[in-house]
Amino acid sequence: MAYEPVIGLEVHLQLSTQTKLFCGCLTKFGAAPNSQTCPVCLWLPGTLPVLNERALEWGMKVGLALECTIAPVMKFDRKQYFYPDLPKGYQISQFDKPLAQRGGLAISAGGQPRRIGIHRAHLEEDAGKLLHDQHQTASLVDYNRTGVPLIEIVSDPDLRSPEEAYEYLVHLKAVLEYLDVSTCNMEEGSLRCDANVSLRPVGQHAFGAKVEVKNLNSFKAVKQALEFEIKRQTLALQQGSRIVQETRLWDAKALQTTPMRSKEEAADYRYFPEPDLVPFVIDRARVDAVRAQLPESPHQRAERFQRGYQLSAYDAGVLTQSRALAELFEGALKAGASPKPVANWLMGDFAAYLNAKGQAPETVKLDPRWLVHLLELIAQGTLSGKMAKDVFVQMLEQGQDPAILVREQGLQQIVDTGLLARVAAEIVQAHPQSAEDYRKGKASALTFLMGQAMKQTKGKANPQQMSEALKRQLQEGS
Amino acid sequence: MPAASWLAQPMHVLQPALAQGTLSPAAVVEELLARLASHNPALQAFLEVSTERLRAQAHALSQQPRQGKLYGVPIALKDNLCLQGELTTCASRILEGFRAPYDATVITRLKAEGALLVPRANMDEFAFGSSTENSAFGLTRNPWDASRVPGGSSGGSAAAVAADLCAGALGSDTGGSIRQPAAFCGVVGLKPTYGRVSRYGLVAFASSLDQIGPLTKDVRDAALLLSVIAGHDPRDSTSAPVAVPDYLTALERPVKGLRLGVPQLSEEGLDPQIKQAVEAAVRQFEQLGLQVERIALPHLPHAVEVYYIIATAEASSNLARYDGVQYGHRAAENRHPNALLDMYFSTRTSGFGPEARRRILLGTYVLSQGYYEAYYLKGMKVRTLIKQDFEQAFQRCDVVLMPTTPTPAFRVGEKLTDPLQMYLSDIYTISANLAGIPALSMPCGFSAESLPIGLQLLAAPFKEDVLLQAAYAYEQATEWHRRKPAISIK
Repeated sequence: MAYEPVIGLEVHLQLSTQTKLFCGCLTKFGAAPNSQTCPVCLWLPGTLPVLNERALEWGMKVGLALECTIAPVMKFDRKQYFYPDLPKGYQISQFDKPLAQRGGLAISAGGQPRRIGIHRAHLEEDAGKLLHDQHQTASLVDYNRTGVPLIEIVSDPDLRSPEEAYEYLVHLKAVLEYLDVSTCNMEEGSLRCDANVSLRPVGQHAFGAKVEVKNLNSFKAVKQALEFEIKRQTLALQQGSRIVQETRLWDAKALQTTPMRSKEEAADYRYFPEPDLVPFVIDRARVDAVRAQLPESPHQRAERFQRGYQLSAYDAGVLTQSRALAELFEGALKAGASPKPVANWLMGDFAAYLNAKGQAPETVKLDPRWLVHLLELIAQGTLSGKMAKDVFVQMLEQGQDPAILVREQGLQQIVDTGLLARVAAEIVQAHPQSAEDYRKGKASALTFLMGQAMKQTKGKANPQQMSEALKRQLQEGS
Repeated sequence: MPAASWLAQPMHVLQPALAQGTLSPAAVVEELLARLASHNPALQAFLEVSTERLRAQAHALSQQPRQGKLYGVPIALKDNLCLQGELTTCASRILEGFRAPYDATVITRLKAEGALLVPRANMDEFAFGSSTENSAFGLTRNPWDASRVPGGSSGGSAAAVAADLCAGALGSDTGGSIRQPAAFCGVVGLKPTYGRVSRYGLVAFASSLDQIGPLTKDVRDAALLLSVIAGHDPRDSTSAPVAVPDYLTALERPVKGLRLGVPQLSEEGLDPQIKQAVEAAVRQFEQLGLQVERIALPHLPHAVEVYYIIATAEASSNLARYDGVQYGHRAAENRHPNALLDMYFSTRTSGFGPEARRRILLGTYVLSQGYYEAYYLKGMKVRTLIKQDFEQAFQRCDVVLMPTTPTPAFRVGEKLTDPLQMYLSDIYTISANLAGIPALSMPCGFSAESLPIGLQLLAAPFKEDVLLQAAYAYEQATEWHRRKPAISIK
């Protein structure tokens, strides 16, 4: 029997507000343990939460960017469980009246446009961090992260493959990045993802038993874990076993999921309305004001790129998927470059570089004006295509303007015909056999001689002119 | 007036003497220390007396300008109010050794008015109880009869005011914890409207019901103390941004024409002496020119059940933070694989007393999956009905009158083994917390055994001024508040 995977994702996004969700403590990443705490976020006896209005506003931004309906009345609830990183025994979250509901996200998967439903997005507070490796016999707790605002974005179970799940995350991250409300950084934990996956026979409407996978530390891990789970569940079903509803952990080293807890072991969170916070009435005017201030979305930007810069839909899509990439592109155009070559460099060599390094565009030091300089150096004939590719990599690795790199390293293309003729004469003389082969009609011999000539000029010879000089030399010598 | 009788005076008499300099804070403190030395060991109104701290405060006050509505006036603080640098234990072992690193908002306000702060008045553990017998550190006795309880949970505060071990006190009231001990000890106790006084720094019992309020020797003092602590606080999202009227001026307003609502209540378990005293109070009000209206509060009989669902649910959640991780009591360490779970179990089992454990269990149960709708959700619906009962009543009257308690102070140990009987001692007080309305208890008579009887007045939200106005008129017309227990200063 053929099975169809049904996937839904839960994304937790840390909002990078200056202060925490319910107190005035700072939220800077990497501060000394417990240096960003106060009686309220340590939840000492007698303390009370006060909602950070900025977090509410940013939460609304996220909801609206995901085309959700903002609740006219929103309330918080207590989600109760015991754990040392949760200093009051409950997390203030939202249960049945979330900030935002029923939205959607347009993605393209395998070249096909799809709309993935957004079930809900709600505000909640982050927990602290347990440190197990700082002390011989004790675990320590750092409460700096306690109370940092989170928005949890729950998709509908609309995703049908690990690739779609991956694309959903890429598109979601792009939308979130554009809002400027989070660093969206998986390594620092400002963006986290849990995946729910079940299988059902193709054609069946009802869902199968759902498995939740946690500990997914990258988009790639999400994809791999889903691939693993689909294989594991398919095999189990084919062998006639039943899938049990459970939570499993992804092991990124062993590339497999392992059971964490079954449904029976799942906690009863005993949700109830948070009595320390009154329900919040969000009036239409406020929603409209936030909506009016929403920045351009990746989708809108792509359309603008297509229209304004005559880019193909594909190019515009790729360039706007990452906000940093789109900013580089537009920055370079503003500094005087023309669209097509910049697009080619960004989508070609830059993308290849990032891919090889496993880096995101925003982590690379790159001034858009450097792209303009590079293009100018090519246009002036200072750099050959080949040289430009090398300089481009150097520019990224050293974080340096190509104009300076060229000057410092004397990287000037050789276009002096006399000099090129001398090089050609030397090369032909040094490789008589190849010269003869060429004259006998073996075209590949020229390629070899070209290679030798470029080697001798350290790649600086203008390839076209060098080739012509060699041909001339070979003809003359015959 | 003899030098050693200042503590017998209400705050509104004491404060002018201090402000004018005819009396020094140091003299007040010395008298207080002497009285505490002779009476606190037997009464246990306070869990500890910090002599140095009190003298240091008196000294600091003497260096300041003699200003503030409460300049030099000793105010007892219930042990669930956070006072920076001092122990705050809620009379519980689980908070043993916990020193609050910050001041409750009410403390900040008392300090700003120059009050002399006297921590820590005894209470039922986490305010769970009606007798102060549930304190982990020993029970408080009733100043009128040491074989009886002072009521609870603010029993220490009420006993201290009645026995002249302070000028006034702050307590907290979740289901009657200010008014019931005020009635048992023959003093005035006021539970303000929910949201009138900031809860920031009050260790939570049930967040949607808790309010801090004054316990005082007379109505004017209640008005004075309320005027200091009332008002919006940005640190408490449930505190109301409603203007605070001048409560002291309100006292003088004529009461003639005010409408007094008298509800038909079940008289099951109501002591006939209390019934008579309350009926006499109604007649007194009539003589004062109030117009008596018979009103109905049809959902009141469900108040106790609803209260014990909502209050325990919230309490079970609010007390989850006492887990031995960050502060307070932690049971002995162990290192086997379930060490964390074990620490939770043994810390909480050994740290909480039986009543706290009972309420945590009850509250956990009513919030559990499958029971939430039947208990908590239904409880909240009935709560709304009770609130609506009062809304309707206050269309027909300005003040509602009923007894504060069904009986006068009961004997120590009498109800300790029967929690249901204990819970029923709050039968008349609970509805004000559920409805969020202000309510005041004041003396209105004495039983044959010379035990005080309390009269309860209730008003619409934020109508504390009307409540105080009516109470003051009654107090002016009667002498009950002048009667003092033998232990007090004569």
